[in-house]
Amino acid sequence: MEQGVVFAGFGGQGILLAGKILARAGMEHGLHVSWLPSYGPEMRGGTANCTVVLSDKPIGAPIVDTPWALVAMNAPSLDRFEPQLAPGGAAVINSSLVKRDLERTDITGIQVPVTTLAHNLDMPRASNMVALGALIRFLDAVPQEAVVQALSREMEERGRESLIEGNRKALELGYEEAGKVLDGS
Amino acid sequence: MSLQLMRGNEAIAEAAIRAGCRCYFCYPITPQGELVEYMARELPTRGGEFLQAESEVSAINMVYGAAAAGVRTMTSSSSPGISLKMEGISYMAGARLPGVIVNIMRGGPGLGNIAPAQADYFQATKGGGHGDYRLITLAPSTVPEAAELVMEAFELSDRYRVPAMILADGMLGQMMEPVELPEPVDPADIPARPWALTGAKGRDPNVVLSFDLDPQGLKKMNQELQAIYRQIQHNEIRWEESHTEDAELLLVAYGTMGRIARTVARLAREEGIRAGLIRPITLWPFPYDPIRQAAQSVSTVLTLELSAGQMWEDVQLAVGQRADTPFYGELGGVVPTPRQILKEVKRYVSS
Amino acid sequence: MSPAETTIPQGYGKVFSRPQSLSDAPTTYCPGCLHGVATRLIAEVIDELGIKDRTVGIAPVGCAVFLYRFYNLDFVQASHGRACAVATGLKRANSDLMVFSYQGDGDLAAIGTAETVHAANRGENFTVVFINNQIYGMTGGEMAPTTLPGQRTTTTPRGRDVASTGYPLRISEMLAQLDGPRYITRQSLHDAPHIAKSRKALLTAFSNQLEGKGFSMVELVAACPTNFKMSPDKANKWLVEQALPAYPLGDLKVKE
Repeated sequence: MEQGVVFAGFGGQGILLAGKILARAGMEHGLHVSWLPSYGPEMRGGTANCTVVLSDKPIGAPIVDTPWALVAMNAPSLDRFEPQLAPGGAAVINSSLVKRDLERTDITGIQVPVTTLAHNLDMPRASNMVALGALIRFLDAVPQEAVVQALSREMEERGRESLIEGNRKALELGYEEAGKVLDGS
Repeated sequence: MSLQLMRGNEAIAEAAIRAGCRCYFCYPITPQGELVEYMARELPTRGGEFLQAESEVSAINMVYGAAAAGVRTMTSSSSPGISLKMEGISYMAGARLPGVIVNIMRGGPGLGNIAPAQADYFQATKGGGHGDYRLITLAPSTVPEAAELVMEAFELSDRYRVPAMILADGMLGQMMEPVELPEPVDPADIPARPWALTGAKGRDPNVVLSFDLDPQGLKKMNQELQAIYRQIQHNEIRWEESHTEDAELLLVAYGTMGRIARTVARLAREEGIRAGLIRPITLWPFPYDPIRQAAQSVSTVLTLELSAGQMWEDVQLAVGQRADTPFYGELGGVVPTPRQILKEVKRYVSS
Repeated sequence: MSPAETTIPQGYGKVFSRPQSLSDAPTTYCPGCLHGVATRLIAEVIDELGIKDRTVGIAPVGCAVFLYRFYNLDFVQASHGRACAVATGLKRANSDLMVFSYQGDGDLAAIGTAETVHAANRGENFTVVFINNQIYGMTGGEMAPTTLPGQRTTTTPRGRDVASTGYPLRISEMLAQLDGPRYITRQSLHDAPHIAKSRKALLTAFSNQLEGKGFSMVELVAACPTNFKMSPDKANKWLVEQALPAYPLGDLKVKE
């Protein structure tokens, strides 16, 4: 088993952190993992993306030709990465900002209004966790509890214990919303 | 076993501290900023000196001074900054001062860009600075290996009194992987430095020099250096080899390209192509013999690099006429995906 | 007969000998060159402060490249211009060391300007001895940043033209503007009273380091008879009449 996941969006949407938490959860769950960010000028106000690889064997290339899953926080991200997805894979689409459906039919679209849901929780900066929650409903490599634990540890290390509870709620909300889509599809 | 998810840049910094690096001097440059920042945060609280110098030229000369004073010392930079350090590196080589230089390579020449590249191979392994000198050059391909090789770089540099370079690229510097950090070196295990400048108390003065105006004298100094280099070539070649026993095609790649090549080899095998891989870990001394041996039984030795073909020259030297030696590289910071490379591999198998 | 074997007749006392910090190697300086005076003064001050066993000197590129031979001290040779960076490394690695660099005008004020300015600005706790003889000595009498307007050198054969090559660089005045340095002074080596003052300045500079007070630089104005193509006495006369008006003597900065 080796799965590549791409997180993409605007700089400031918490894309890199969402990827890191998934990678950390994978590591703590006993998998080989890698996390590769896009870096440089495009970080500063432009688009950002990172690639996480989860595998049961040591990881060679940390870049992937055909990601198994995508988190697209904005429209340009979906435009760029939809064609690359592996058949049978899925895209979590931030339907608050992305107003189109998938063009491909051989992948699953998980439409979740993550920006709106995070606002409703009064946690506008936790839209990345809503999206991550939705993603892990699709990914079976890492259980939800491992992600919650990685999230808590990450926040503790950053001295942001006060944010753990809200982010955990955001994650769970995303997980539930994705369930509605996936069960309905 | 306690694993930590760390960036390459941070793992290198932490490993240096654990290797007993007491003085670190730098000038900021992307894509190795996290290394500088980690050192600024950690080193002063762990008994070391951190100093942001006015230039890369100054930083390497501070390393020269600290090494002369007898402590483990390091600097880090990226390609353009490493060019500026070349004068100091040549002086260190001439003066037989140990020290570690980290190059997190980016696209060049000139200002280039900050994307991952491997175009500084010639500079690291064939000189770069002036004079007949060599750098022990270690090329990690994963974050845990980077931490391991930093420890190794300090050891080798001390043992032979030859400066050592970690040659990685922006991808390795920026990416995160689980690392089990090595145990810190016991200061008592760091080799004594009877040559260091500690004040001439109860002994004759020590002198650290890289010159001898008498040609016979300088010839002797150079011969001594060459003898050390031969020892290093004899003792310290490191490489990783996989699936070479039954290979019909051999891939040779290092660092980031080395790990991508591992995936390429796997994909090739899945499609029935018997691909093997040699990944040089020391770029100097270069693993000529292992490549020569593995080349006996294959028809093609394909070199992969993020450059226009630099290590390729060493692979050709190793292989000679034993097999075809084509090259595939990407330029300017573009990183090929495994399937792009696989397409290239198939060209040589079908023909 | 070496000094140790000299027997001093009764009623006489020994008043002059080679400082312990100096070796018995003959210097390689030209006849009449004032480097020799500076080299000796530093040794006297190191002896006087009793710091010989913990001092590390930094030899430059240039006429004083063999400086390590003239002293009984640990020494490192730095690349051209980088002495202040090397000194920073030594001192940061081992703050117990007493570190001094010895640099000419090309080394300190041209190729090594950045290293000098930034070490001074950080207030690094070491001592810089700066020999300003307005010319490149070892390479063959080329223009230095300190060369005077109109002065002929091998690269200004018609005299230094300020419109093309700029003006004499007064680096001590520049450094004195900074908050970092402790002590910046300019002295001269052309006669005995000035040599005595230079010695006193060096003593202050090394004492500052011993007391952890930070960056001190002693600029010593000197002459280069060989490249000036003058006899030593004429070179010294030229120094007084031409160089000193451009490089006024005295303390430029004394931070309390």
